[in-house]
Amino acid sequence: MKRAAFGHIGFPILLLIPQIAIIGIFFYWPAGYAVHSSFFLQDPFGFTSTYVGMDNYTRLATSSNYLDAAKFTLIFTILVTFFALAIALLLAVKADKVIRGAKSYRTLLMWVYAIAPPVAGLMGVMLFDQSRGNITQLLGMMGIEYRLGVNYWDTASAMISVSIWKQIPVNFIFFLSGLQAIPRSVREAAMIDNRSGTARFWDITFPLLAPTGFFLLIINITYSLFDTFGIVDTIVKSEPGNNPMTLVYRVFVDGFRGGDLGGSSAQSVVLMVLVLVLTIVQFRFLERRIHYT
Amino acid sequence: MADITETGVQTATATNTATNTATAAAPTRPKKRIKWETVGDHAVLIAGALLMLVPVYMILASSTHEDILIHREGLQFFFGDDGLENYNAALFEYGGFTNSVNGVTMLVNSMILGFGFAIGKIVVGMMAAYAIVYFRLRFATFAFWMIFTTLLLPLEVRILPSYEVIQQMNLANTYTGLILPLIASATATFFFRQFFRSIPEELVEAARIDGAGPVKFFIDILVPLSRTMIAAMFIIMFVFGWNQYLWPTLITTDESLFTLVRGIRQIMQAYADGSSTPEYGEAAALAIIAMTPPVLIVIFFQNWFVKGLTESDK
Repeated sequence: MKRAAFGHIGFPILLLIPQIAIIGIFFYWPAGYAVHSSFFLQDPFGFTSTYVGMDNYTRLATSSNYLDAAKFTLIFTILVTFFALAIALLLAVKADKVIRGAKSYRTLLMWVYAIAPPVAGLMGVMLFDQSRGNITQLLGMMGIEYRLGVNYWDTASAMISVSIWKQIPVNFIFFLSGLQAIPRSVREAAMIDNRSGTARFWDITFPLLAPTGFFLLIINITYSLFDTFGIVDTIVKSEPGNNPMTLVYRVFVDGFRGGDLGGSSAQSVVLMVLVLVLTIVQFRFLERRIHYT
Repeated sequence: MADITETGVQTATATNTATNTATAAAPTRPKKRIKWETVGDHAVLIAGALLMLVPVYMILASSTHEDILIHREGLQFFFGDDGLENYNAALFEYGGFTNSVNGVTMLVNSMILGFGFAIGKIVVGMMAAYAIVYFRLRFATFAFWMIFTTLLLPLEVRILPSYEVIQQMNLANTYTGLILPLIASATATFFFRQFFRSIPEELVEAARIDGAGPVKFFIDILVPLSRTMIAAMFIIMFVFGWNQYLWPTLITTDESLFTLVRGIRQIMQAYADGSSTPEYGEAAALAIIAMTPPVLIVIFFQNWFVKGLTESDK
């Protein structure tokens, strides 16, 4: 709040009403509903529901399908986050360095941001297709048999590659703006002190980029968990079967295909807690970042 | 980074590699000393650019070929001459179970979603941010936390209950049901709050001395001052709205409400059926149509876009 604020009461409330109404109806109500239904078991037609306490949660903890999805999500998240960050960082460092064509490179490396995940997934399906995919053929020439939608890890690697590809632009933009925010004087001092580009990168640039990197780490984890839905859905061609799937995809499959409102809600609650923990970590860090700079 | 060489003492420092000999001279612009290092940098960047470009280029090239050729050989590297036919089919041929949807319908729906989402979010967000920053409200802190908790949980997490709520409100298969739940997150409010807080307080003091009320101050001073921020936010929100997939998939079962990105799912299902040769050419054309508007916006307004993206998260 500002010191020289207006003293009115009615007007600001009027201003807040749309926002409060929308989040009340479309955020708090559903979120509460999720928590509520996670303690109930619905009959398949949705007419009656019985209070079952923690049953839905214990069911999750013992469901091998769910645990598989959790395990896959963990591996998926680690790989996507790591490679999307590493490739983007490399590209950003180079783009920050070159003088000629810097602007063109920036454009060329960021425009994929605008492509929707399912559209990227569609491209992935076509490139990795079991019989006619160009990458499949390339791998075939190298003697690797690649079968999308049949072999678990073949499907998984397609999902992972497409997800990394789609996330590089965002990371690139943030890393580049982080690099450009490093003051000229610091760079020059570093250059005088240390002639080796590699050592300078690890000793000076990398620590200075750490806040950006940490922020991006959280962004990438959230991306891997939630925003890859479109990629996963297109790559399994909406036919989950025995294919690898992420936790969010499981929420969708169990809730909409399986009609298991209670189980799906319990899964939602688990994810909510996960995101909450991530955000708390992020906020705690951001607070520290203020002292840092 | 290219190693530093001072113009005056170039040979002396270049031969003497001891780290602190260079401190004596004032550093000037870094110059390319070893050319191949710069070549290497460009090589990495070009490789990166190609990694981003080639898959999309292949889809674009394939969108000008016959289905049967793509079916046999996969995505193509060169342009063919069935482009007109494919794009014509993707845009104007009615499809789906009810034959009530074509590319143009989906394009219009995507536009409605993109604009509706972006405008709705900015208007609601600016109003709320204005109330939070510029007024003395007893429950301001409470409102603040109530609003900002929504930043934590994306729609994907509460997808099924949101769907139930929309069903109960009879909003399924309406634009309202499509757009409003997506607005229920405070990213724009947070963004504008940060921006308003950075505006000097003297401005509002001066406005009050001149007799401007809160409405006048908002419309005549704050909104014009936020133009760049609004543009930046608009680009990000438009792209975000346009690219929505999960929510439109659930909430629109009526095909006349399909968006382009939602339409991709129909293609995939036809693909999975495998009954006849899938219409690859048309599918590629549809993918190109679905990505063109957001890509163009991001490329043409990239300075605003980058500004909006990197500043929204500080």
